[in-house]
Amino acid sequence: MNVVVCIKQVPDPNSVGQLDPSTHTLRREGVEVVLDPGDEYGIEAGLQLVETHGGEVTVVSMAPEKGLDAIRKALAMGAAKGVLITDPALAGADALTTAKVLAAAIKRQPFDLVITATESTDGYTGTVPQMLGALLGVPSVTFAKHLDGDGQKLTVQRQTESGYDVIAATLPAVLSVTAGVNEPRYPSLKGIMAAKSKPVDKLALGDLGLETPKPGQTITSVQPAEERKAGEIVEDDGEGAKRIVGFLEAQKVI
Amino acid sequence: MDFELSGDQRAIRELCREFAENEIAPKAAHYDQTGEFPYDIVAGMARLGLFALPFPERVGGAGGDFVSYCLALEEIARADASVAITLEAAVSLGIAPLVEFGTAEQQQRWLPPLLRGERLWAFGLTEAEAGSDAGGTQTRAVRDRDHWVINGRKVFITNAGTDISAGVTLTAVTGVDVSGEKQISCIAVERGTPGYTQAPKYRKLGWHASDTRELILDDVRVPLHNLVGEEGGGLKQFLAILEGGRVAIAALSVGLAQACLDASLRYSAQRRQFGQAIAAFQATQFKLADMATQIELARLMTWRAAAAIDSGGRAGVYASMAKLHASEVATACANQAVQIHGGYGFMEESPVARYYRDVKVNEIGEGTSEVQRMLIARHLLAPFAIE
Repeated sequence: MNVVVCIKQVPDPNSVGQLDPSTHTLRREGVEVVLDPGDEYGIEAGLQLVETHGGEVTVVSMAPEKGLDAIRKALAMGAAKGVLITDPALAGADALTTAKVLAAAIKRQPFDLVITATESTDGYTGTVPQMLGALLGVPSVTFAKHLDGDGQKLTVQRQTESGYDVIAATLPAVLSVTAGVNEPRYPSLKGIMAAKSKPVDKLALGDLGLETPKPGQTITSVQPAEERKAGEIVEDDGEGAKRIVGFLEAQKVI
Repeated sequence: MDFELSGDQRAIRELCREFAENEIAPKAAHYDQTGEFPYDIVAGMARLGLFALPFPERVGGAGGDFVSYCLALEEIARADASVAITLEAAVSLGIAPLVEFGTAEQQQRWLPPLLRGERLWAFGLTEAEAGSDAGGTQTRAVRDRDHWVINGRKVFITNAGTDISAGVTLTAVTGVDVSGEKQISCIAVERGTPGYTQAPKYRKLGWHASDTRELILDDVRVPLHNLVGEEGGGLKQFLAILEGGRVAIAALSVGLAQACLDASLRYSAQRRQFGQAIAAFQATQFKLADMATQIELARLMTWRAAAAIDSGGRAGVYASMAKLHASEVATACANQAVQIHGGYGFMEESPVARYYRDVKVNEIGEGTSEVQRMLIARHLLAPFAIE
């Protein structure tokens, strides 16, 4: 089966992030950029599928030239080839533009399954997977915490607030996976060395037949998150356990 | 001049950083407290292929360069210096002599499990009376028909006594040359050879999770073909080995120094005194700025020396300079890190207490700071014929 995994390079989540005051987006200059840790689960899921059912994994990323490093990491983990869409006109692209560009790049080859993370670790819009499903005209199955698949269909456990739903879909489809769906492998040194000789297609907007996108969504202002309120202290007068259970029920935790 | 790392180098650094943060750092305090050897972490590094990193593919290595190896050591030392020295001793002191000077037969026999990281090999140079001064070597190897018979004691040997240790390349006096100078040779001894005894682990100031022991050789008999390199060539060989080792120790020092700065930045931004974060005090800021500047310099010197090995095989005086400077910078950074952490820095719960204990040995192992200065001065004064 042909699996396409969409990946993104993001400022290292372990570094202290700063917002650019003019664009209200995360500053990317002068910080280490890495493959989004959330994307490693998607790559691992794709690799496990092709290792069981045959086929290969292609990674697709829309990024500046530097994004090649993220693609190389995916190739070092075991993906077969990469596609990097890089175009100055795409700087600051919003979620819909991103989805359109990725969809156009994905359509260039036959695919059975497109895997994404549920959201990126820098932008967090969490809308690209569903948009991709719509643009590609295939079902989108989201928030998978467990998956079984073969070349024809896919069965996933979809994470919900209270547990999970079991969802089946026929392929081709778009799938978003949560962190924890698997244990992503580390690339090996051999994998890193081999990644150099794997093919990476570099494309610009024109190669995809797309025009310069119109500005869509912009962030107009940013407010600090509300500070966490002080917790509730339960004095145990013999009813403590009951009151904790009641609290957890009200929060839909149990 | 180009200071940019290559794609491979960046990828290897990122891999090691991620592995160190996720797999090594969370267990560092545990292994430091218990002194247990971190077999699980060694197995993890083996799976990544790190033990084969800087060796050519023709001997089964990964074909990586020395700069990449230094980047790996830096990232690992940033999480746990004990783990970093375990890898460094295995690679620079254990495997490198066999790759550099071993015969094809020796390489086929010993290298594969070492390069896979399944077994460890040690290097036995230091003795009670000999270290950088090889002339004091007391261990003797005497020819008896087709065997060497070895007698002596080696001290401070890393990786010789773990459950996965396979053997040691040791230096021994094998004769005297025409001018009456001791002839030193390197000989490989497999662990378990009768007469080869390992003492219990030392109790050390730092590097608690690394395996360091005394080795006792009592009429140990090994075949003549266990000679590694030329007979009488031991001195020249281990000087070459130590050169790479020194660059590696420089990298390890940079990693530990960086850990000190990372912890100091986090702590000083969060710790409040007199109504503000202590990082807002200039007294703290100057400490942080000096640490960062010195670390950057030490890192560049390390890369410079590593790049010299990659381009010409030898790092020469750059190795001594990098090792000298980086190890002294690391000690200064650990000192300031504890100072910035105040009373908490003196508590074993704080990672900087471990950094402070782990750091000192970098100024000692693989040639003390004094020996490095001696080597640098000898290099400078060579044209003036002053020894």
